[in-house]
Amino acid sequence: MIKLFKVKEKQRELAENASGGPPIKKQSAGELRLHKDISELNLPKSCAIQFPNGKDDLMNFEVSIRPDDGYYLGGTFLFSFQVSPIYPHEAPKVKCKTKVYHPNIDLEGNVCLNILREDWKPVLNINTVIYGLYHLFTEPNYEDPLNHEAAAVLRDNPKMFESNVRRAMAGGYVGQTFFPRCI
Amino acid sequence: MADTSSRSRDLDKLLLRPGNLVGPRFEPGPELRDDLQAFAKVLVVGAGGLGCELLKDLALSGFKNLEVIDMDRIEVTNLNRQFLFRLEDVGKPKAEVAAKRVMERISGVQIVPHFCRIEDKEIEFYNDFSIIALGLDSIEARSYINTVACSFLEYDSDDNPREETIKPMVDGGTEGFKGHARVILPGITPCFECTIWLFPPQVKFPLCTLAETPRTSAHCIEYAHLIKWNEVHGGVAFDPDNPEHMKWVYDEGVVKNIIPAIASTNAIISAACVLETLKIASECSKTLSNYLTYNGSEGLHTEVAEFERDKECLVCGPGIRIELDTSITLQKFMDLLEEHPKLRLSKASITHQGKNLYMQAPPVLEEMTRSNLSLSLFNLMGKLPKDVVHVNGTTIKNDQKFSCLRKLRVVFKGVDGVTDMDTAGGA
Repeated sequence: MIKLFKVKEKQRELAENASGGPPIKKQSAGELRLHKDISELNLPKSCAIQFPNGKDDLMNFEVSIRPDDGYYLGGTFLFSFQVSPIYPHEAPKVKCKTKVYHPNIDLEGNVCLNILREDWKPVLNINTVIYGLYHLFTEPNYEDPLNHEAAAVLRDNPKMFESNVRRAMAGGYVGQTFFPRCI
Repeated sequence: MADTSSRSRDLDKLLLRPGNLVGPRFEPGPELRDDLQAFAKVLVVGAGGLGCELLKDLALSGFKNLEVIDMDRIEVTNLNRQFLFRLEDVGKPKAEVAAKRVMERISGVQIVPHFCRIEDKEIEFYNDFSIIALGLDSIEARSYINTVACSFLEYDSDDNPREETIKPMVDGGTEGFKGHARVILPGITPCFECTIWLFPPQVKFPLCTLAETPRTSAHCIEYAHLIKWNEVHGGVAFDPDNPEHMKWVYDEGVVKNIIPAIASTNAIISAACVLETLKIASECSKTLSNYLTYNGSEGLHTEVAEFERDKECLVCGPGIRIELDTSITLQKFMDLLEEHPKLRLSKASITHQGKNLYMQAPPVLEEMTRSNLSLSLFNLMGKLPKDVVHVNGTTIKNDQKFSCLRKLRVVFKGVDGVTDMDTAGGA
């Protein structure tokens, strides 16, 4: 290909003074796949998505979930999503921005949901992740605890768990921990 | 200084003599050797274990115009294999020291270092090079360079790649006793994205296992790294190259996912990559076609597999060419996609250079993009004579509905600068 290189080098010298085009943003394959996921979202009424950086940044967004059933009925929980350029090879990074009394979400907002880590597959999509998060609120699970105390209460005394959840969502203390109101 | 004839003696055997396996444009002779030095400009991406070897091998193979890009500084643990660095270099940028050392040892070689992230350079920076050699350790970085290199690729109106727009890449990678070398000629051989499914899924432990019943040392390390770190240092990103950060986690475990590195594996893989670079540039022999694997952990195996392109690859594929009038609105364009015999694409969402022109869902984005429907596509695309847009929606095949994502090469009729070339454009 050296002949080609030679020709191109000459052309470049000639074009040296020509102005370059405007900077072009290249979309990664991950962004394109995410674009597809987002344009095909089919969310239940209880879930809403927002794009804090406007319509052209799909890689960072927020999802709010208002469970319409179960212990968390009436609360609103905000999650942040961060999607990597090599999505879907890598799962989106999801954090819960609302402090919540929940066996599978710790007080820092880490979420224990299998499809976000060990069971992530590239065939899954943003829709499945949001449904997975919704599921955590309708069926909290004490067998995979991140918040050990909450998990123990749910296992041993579901009535007390229910009242703890209500108290936390209304804005109040459960044990030593304060939870801001999220109803 | 030793006279140049003795230095290029071995190279001359490849470049000055005719052969049976040479490429169609190979013309042996001293002019070829001189042209290689004068016109072949190679970029080495990464100045780590593989990058050091690549620079040295390229310089010793007759390439005189080299540049190297790396964002890292030299660490003590690099010194066992990154042989261009010395103890007193610790803390200095790898690219700068590597360039300096090779230039000191091999006269006549020019190496320009770039101490920055690959994303920090303008796209055009990469177009300056004849060949890009990759000595990287991550999927992200490979994927980025691949997207950039493929963005220069143009197809003619018969969907054949235009040779002068092909940006060849030679990619090396090593892990312990294993390694690979591959040749990527965008438009001809599979690009990185065509074969990204080759990578095994990353092993991740469930967060709750880490918090509740960590059973292995790896669990404990992950726990310290992912959960404890944020509890104590909330908001500060963990940096495995920051000694204070590492010291903190050291109390609980170890975190940096160090890929075992073996100097001889790097040397073997680099040698293969540089030989391919020389072959691409000079056509003195057929190139590797197209993926070599090397495994030295049990006995020694090497094998070459010929991977195939993904015809519909969004990054390197031609996409579907569509000629349009400049007056056409976005809405009319979407109607055309429904009627187009190759597409039959309904419910289209359209994106161009990172701008979402129209989104079917979610409602919040549909609302923000709805006003574009009555605007002219030509204006929405920045009045470019031709460019790539990506469209997804539903298509019907054998009476069944499929969701699909397509690349389209849009060409506007009668706009200056349009010949029969369309850009394959940046993915």
